Amino acid sequence: MEASVRLRCEADLTGLAGYNFAYLDEQTKRMIRRALLKAVAIPGYQVPFASREMPLPYGWGTGGIQVTASIIGPEDTLKVIDQGADDTTNAVSIRRFFARTAGVATTEDTEAASIIQTRHRVPETRLREDQILVYQVPQPEPLRLMEPRESETRTMHALEEYGSMYVKLYEDVTRHGRIATAYSYPVRVEGRYVMSPSPIPKFDNPKLTKAPMLQLFGAGREKRIYAVPPYTEVRSLDFEDYPFSVEGWDEPCALCGATDTYLDEIVTDDHGGRMFVCSDSNHCARRRAAAGEEA
Amino acid sequence: MSAAARALPVPDAGPLLCARGLTKSFGAQPALEGVSFDLWPGEVLGVVGESGSGKTTLLNILATHLAPDAGRVSYDWPERGLVDVHALAEAEKRRLLRSHWGFVHQNPRDGLRMNVSAGANVGEKLMALGLRHYGKLRARAEEWLGKVEIGPERLDDLPATYSGGMQQRLQIARNLVTEPRLVFMDEPTGGLDVSVQARLLDLLRKLVAELGLAVVIVTHDLAVARLLADRLMVMRCGRVVESGLTDQVLDDPHHPYTQLLVSSILQA
Amino acid sequence: MQPIIRVRGLAKQFVLHTQDEAHIPVFSGLDLDVRAGECVALAGPSGAGKSTLLRSLYGNYKPDAGAILICTDAGCVDVAAADPRTIIELRRTTLGYVSQFLRVIPRVPAIDIVAEPLTALGRPAGPARERAAELLTRLRIPERLWRLAPATFSGGEQQRVNIARGFAAAYPVLLLDEPTASLDPDNRDTVVALILEAKARGAAIAGILHDEGARDRVADRVFSLTPAVAPEPCPAC
Repeated sequence: MEASVRLRCEADLTGLAGYNFAYLDEQTKRMIRRALLKAVAIPGYQVPFASREMPLPYGWGTGGIQVTASIIGPEDTLKVIDQGADDTTNAVSIRRFFARTAGVATTEDTEAASIIQTRHRVPETRLREDQILVYQVPQPEPLRLMEPRESETRTMHALEEYGSMYVKLYEDVTRHGRIATAYSYPVRVEGRYVMSPSPIPKFDNPKLTKAPMLQLFGAGREKRIYAVPPYTEVRSLDFEDYPFSVEGWDEPCALCGATDTYLDEIVTDDHGGRMFVCSDSNHCARRRAAAGEEA
Repeated sequence: MSAAARALPVPDAGPLLCARGLTKSFGAQPALEGVSFDLWPGEVLGVVGESGSGKTTLLNILATHLAPDAGRVSYDWPERGLVDVHALAEAEKRRLLRSHWGFVHQNPRDGLRMNVSAGANVGEKLMALGLRHYGKLRARAEEWLGKVEIGPERLDDLPATYSGGMQQRLQIARNLVTEPRLVFMDEPTGGLDVSVQARLLDLLRKLVAELGLAVVIVTHDLAVARLLADRLMVMRCGRVVESGLTDQVLDDPHHPYTQLLVSSILQA
Repeated sequence: MQPIIRVRGLAKQFVLHTQDEAHIPVFSGLDLDVRAGECVALAGPSGAGKSTLLRSLYGNYKPDAGAILICTDAGCVDVAAADPRTIIELRRTTLGYVSQFLRVIPRVPAIDIVAEPLTALGRPAGPARERAAELLTRLRIPERLWRLAPATFSGGEQQRVNIARGFAAAYPVLLLDEPTASLDPDNRDTVVALILEAKARGAAIAGILHDEGARDRVADRVFSLTPAVAPEPCPAC
């Protein structure tokens, strides 16, 4: 009696009445944590898991949300970004979801967050060992483009048959004179599994390798979880004579002047006016604030 | 009288492939009964017979696409000796198919990637074997397109834009680029016009001789068999009813079925 | 010196399963020796089995009983019992067959058809082509045709291309299936000269030579075959 009252009271304190902490029931969280542990143990390997129905449609980050829900605790501070921005619909609603179901603190400040859930970007700020990056993944299988059969792609992974991945790169160079794949650029993890880094721009690929933070990937519709543990080697696939390279811009960020960040093109009027600004809004704002202080 | 007098590369080496007592049924329907033969390095074995005679089942069992109910297929793996190919682990089986063997399908669409360029089709096996240099891949692809008489200007085109005969030649290049020791061919000239067939046959004959390839070629066309095969096996109802030197089987057939087959050819 | 070709107790009959199981005996108990440098003309009426014997010697027909020993420095092979690989090797190195009928291989130029037996023996392409050119010249094939595939040649030209091919390599055994048939006198003289040259270098030659003039000039003796039964229409001809 006493225990159940206390449980309910704690739930009231840290989440939404009538729901378990962070929405998912504890059995589901355990199941997902087991999948996560396996994923961390076998870097880049896609672990199947019993993905649950979530109160938002597939494609809105159901995989990432289930991973976050399984690892988040009351002491965590959560940041959610969508294409680098904290204030887009998807980011705002997921942040609000956890604020209501887990009662956790949320932030837009990359450095203040302990868990960062992301769609399609890796923050520009270098993450730390005590931070976890959770990626939302629409299509976890990098071989899918060349091989439609799941049974076959699994065998290909098992036997390290990755020649067909280079067929795609070959076609790129043939059609465009360079490897034109700009996002979801396939990587090889620790010299073993070929992995999709989720649809991040290839600009972000170098941030994955030997990184201090734990990186977790959740694909809700495809029911797959995979991971890159801290300080794991992540190599982008390429040819000897067409080495991997990242895109650059001719101009700096129009707001903060950064020359080393991923820029979004913003259309400013109906007369062809446009500007390039940092995709990572928090990073950009902090640079501007720092510049203001200096001035 | 024979297709072409060719040097058998290593006459003293053992057989490359040994089939013993291969048997297979589909349900109650026997498809193959006790088929045995040896294939030597550089030898072209023709398997002829009508549809339903079991020749395609035999080819699929040899190429490990299908497991026999009884019998075994042994392959002389360099530095390892004879290995039972159906007992190999999946990884080794695939290595065998990728680097030692080739398979030319009757329908080129079954053997090609239709949504990537001809160059990528030819280069794929090389990429699978670990070649990671675009320039070299492209050069090898172009060289092999040349060998199958496809101009370098078609290197970047999709196979879908090729004629049937060109697609078949492309499939052959895709198979031969890794210089396999043994190639299985299932009616390679099947769906082609007669004039296109002649060109493909001549090309195959030349490549087989140049590369010292061992070939098992399944065909119902005795003219194709005469031109390409050193040796023939005539199959009927899942059994080999007659076998021997190609011109001997065709010019002096002994089994009633072979006589019927040979006498049924229209003389052109 | 022992004969290169030694035939012992050879028997052959055709069984035509598709034609009411007709049994057509051709010959039985046939013995024949041909020594190096010797030319034996096979004679006998139509249906006596001259062509069947010649084809049996080449491994093209499979006899029912008996032995066909081909003995060279490399050893003896029984053509009647040898497996296909051995026969193919024997044809490459030892047995030459000259017939009137060219089996045209699509798209292969005449000069390469003639040179092929030499390249199969490992001769470099250059000298092989030179020998082919020499033979084509002697057999009066115009040089403008050499680079063309013989599919479009006249019957006579195809026949002479095939004869050139048959004489290209210095085989220890030559089997001649009416090589001079329907040739003009000049070319017939050339073929006779080629046969004499082969004899001179020590080839054992067996042949069907209907043309008496040519036969008298090349043959050392005549081997007569008689029909095993009353002549029936020759099968598979």
